[in-house]
Amino acid sequence: MTAIHLGMPAFPAFPAFPAFPAAAGKAVADPVLRANLRRATHTIRDKRARAVAELADWAELRAAGKAVKDHTLRHLDRYLLELEASVTAAGGTVHWAADAEEANRIVTELVLATGEREVVKVKSMATQEIGLNEALEAAGIAAYETDLAELIVQLGHDRPSHILVPAIHLGRAEIREVFAEEMGGWGRPAPEGLGDDPRELAEAARLHLREKFLRAKVAVSGANFMVAETGTMVVFESEGNGRMCLTLPETLISVVGIEKVIPTFRDLEIFLQTLPRSSTAERMNPYTTMWTGLGPSKGAEGDGPTAFHLVLLDNGRTDTLADEVGRQALRCIRCSACLNVCPVYERAGGHAYGSVYPGPIGAILSPQLRGTGSEIDASLPYASTLCGACYEVCPVAIDIPEVLVHLRERVAQGGPVTREGIRVRIRPAHGHAAERAAMRAARLLLNHDDWPVALRAGERLLARARRLRPRRLPGPGRAWTDSRELPELPAQPFRDWWAARDREGRA
Amino acid sequence: MRVALFVTCVNDALHPRTGIAVVRLLERLGVGVDFPAAQSCCGQPQYNTGYRREAEPLVRRTAEAFAGYEYVVTPSGSCAAMIRGHYLRIGHAAEAEGRGGALAGLAEDLVPRVYELTEFLVDVLGVTDVGAYFPHTVTYHPSCHGLRALGLGERPARLLAAVRGLELRELPGAEECCGFGGTFAVKNPDVSAAMGADKIAAAAATGAEVLCGADNSCLLHLDGILRREGAPLRALHLAEILASTEAEPLR
Ligand code: SF4
Repeated sequence: MTAIHLGMPAFPAFPAFPAFPAAAGKAVADPVLRANLRRATHTIRDKRARAVAELADWAELRAAGKAVKDHTLRHLDRYLLELEASVTAAGGTVHWAADAEEANRIVTELVLATGEREVVKVKSMATQEIGLNEALEAAGIAAYETDLAELIVQLGHDRPSHILVPAIHLGRAEIREVFAEEMGGWGRPAPEGLGDDPRELAEAARLHLREKFLRAKVAVSGANFMVAETGTMVVFESEGNGRMCLTLPETLISVVGIEKVIPTFRDLEIFLQTLPRSSTAERMNPYTTMWTGLGPSKGAEGDGPTAFHLVLLDNGRTDTLADEVGRQALRCIRCSACLNVCPVYERAGGHAYGSVYPGPIGAILSPQLRGTGSEIDASLPYASTLCGACYEVCPVAIDIPEVLVHLRERVAQGGPVTREGIRVRIRPAHGHAAERAAMRAARLLLNHDDWPVALRAGERLLARARRLRPRRLPGPGRAWTDSRELPELPAQPFRDWWAARDREGRA
Repeated sequence: MRVALFVTCVNDALHPRTGIAVVRLLERLGVGVDFPAAQSCCGQPQYNTGYRREAEPLVRRTAEAFAGYEYVVTPSGSCAAMIRGHYLRIGHAAEAEGRGGALAGLAEDLVPRVYELTEFLVDVLGVTDVGAYFPHTVTYHPSCHGLRALGLGERPARLLAAVRGLELRELPGAEECCGFGGTFAVKNPDVSAAMGADKIAAAAATGAEVLCGADNSCLLHLDGILRREGAPLRALHLAEILASTEAEPLR
């Protein structure tokens, strides 16, 4: 099995990707990016809060979503086999892919077998995760993204920076430029004199995409949910472009992570309420498309595709499932609410996370799916202040701070993990030796029986050196003093004050 | 009534005024205060940075230092949250890994007796007017651990609202993190400083003279930015405001 691939191959592979602090530092220094991110995240977070507040039973819905997901994950083997049987019975074909390479190979072969050389795509995180577009391109197949934001990113040779709004980092003027310059190279060019009014931009995209919808014979999608009981695939979307992909082409190939299965059709009632409100702050998402295999109306006399393939993707998921604390990340329904409330995401932007899953969920999902071996993956669990805002909004109650601390332990101290189904013990990540020594020294001091004496001695020394307090510290302390003053040191620690008062009281 | 004061290592070393204020305040309210000298650090820096095993002896030390006290009061939301949210888990994990010697039992015994200062005042003593006097405009930053991990809710605001002479100004985006986050402040200094600067800007825009909080770790970071930027605001722990009276005003 090859290395699990979660990045975008058109861009530096992940070991070369800088650690989070450096990438985030660059983003923080970009005022346009910061303004774009701030505006977008604050708008959507306020709307989400209002949409959620409308439901009196939100807490129950959240608990129910968590329970359904946990139950399914506990019996994932059973539900996946049930799903396979249902999809097959409904006329679909199920393929199993252990990793990105296998999934890409299956999809490529399926497309080549149709004789087609282009596919239209519904926005899908799973196909981004495996780098499908690039794999298809290598086989001479052009993949066209049809989600508006995804189209912008693709045309701009850019990377998505948000789960739901992949072009969140771009402003209107930047989008206009991408359309004007790049559309012609991919199909119908942008109209002459295109302005940056959102309506105008959307219309240009519509015209550009319409040609592709009408021409394409093969579509590639993901799915938000797969129902084991009926074999039904479910896609939630806002624009209707997805529905075009799901109904117009002759062959439909869906690549879906194995954690997306739910037991029964009825379970959807929970997520139909929680997902749209959490993600787009809508009471109901505008388009919910469901299909079950080929269904009785499909084929020669009916509408829709005449062939349906489902590629079930593992790519690190069963290994993640083996971790008792970390497995809750697999409950994620990719609503992106955690990104929109995260104060770190808001400043750092999505690209700093070095994977298609940015923000709080990315910080716990990527280091589990692809391991903590690279610099970026070892830095992701630390890309949070543990403020807890992500946990509070998550509609399936993933305790992201808990998983972050759990993964920090893995990075700092090593420990048992499951890789390709085998339990192994990993060593601490590189670069933590000094920190480990400092933590150990601090613990020894703080836990010393003479700690108060040691503290007093140290503090008295510091207090005497008070006037020498430097404005900037060398070494790791610089990270503090570059932008903040050091605290004023008190003349005496609390315990000295207390001891003195005690003496006076006794006297 | 007697309580044990858990002053926390940061307050002991860097913010003794907060501890002194808590003692004055509680004694004024008729509560006797003990300071068990064996206390040190709750272990949060170690635990949150990924050194759970290094935190274990500190969990034990804290639990042992406060054994036997009915109430343990601390002027730090984040240390209270560390104890309440994580001590039991650390104890169980240690025992599961063959260490710990009843660490979970010690934790279980300690956890329900630990109160953050505003919880103790409002829930145990049942007071919101502590007889304080502080004739200044104040804006309050709730801090994530107090707000979300402990669910302090309206307690701090109710206490502040009852202070004579004090005018409370609402802080826009109050629930947003200030960017401290323990070792986050040095591991991700750029993002941390940017978050702190935004918090300071929001506080300054209220026109208040004082930025008040109930966690000196957050205030340490915010105060560092305030002083670097020379902003006309003063960072103060809630306890100092509550301890201030007409007879003995805060200087
Ligand atoms: S972790 Fe929770 S809030 Fe974040 S995207 Fe997943 S479901 Fe949504």
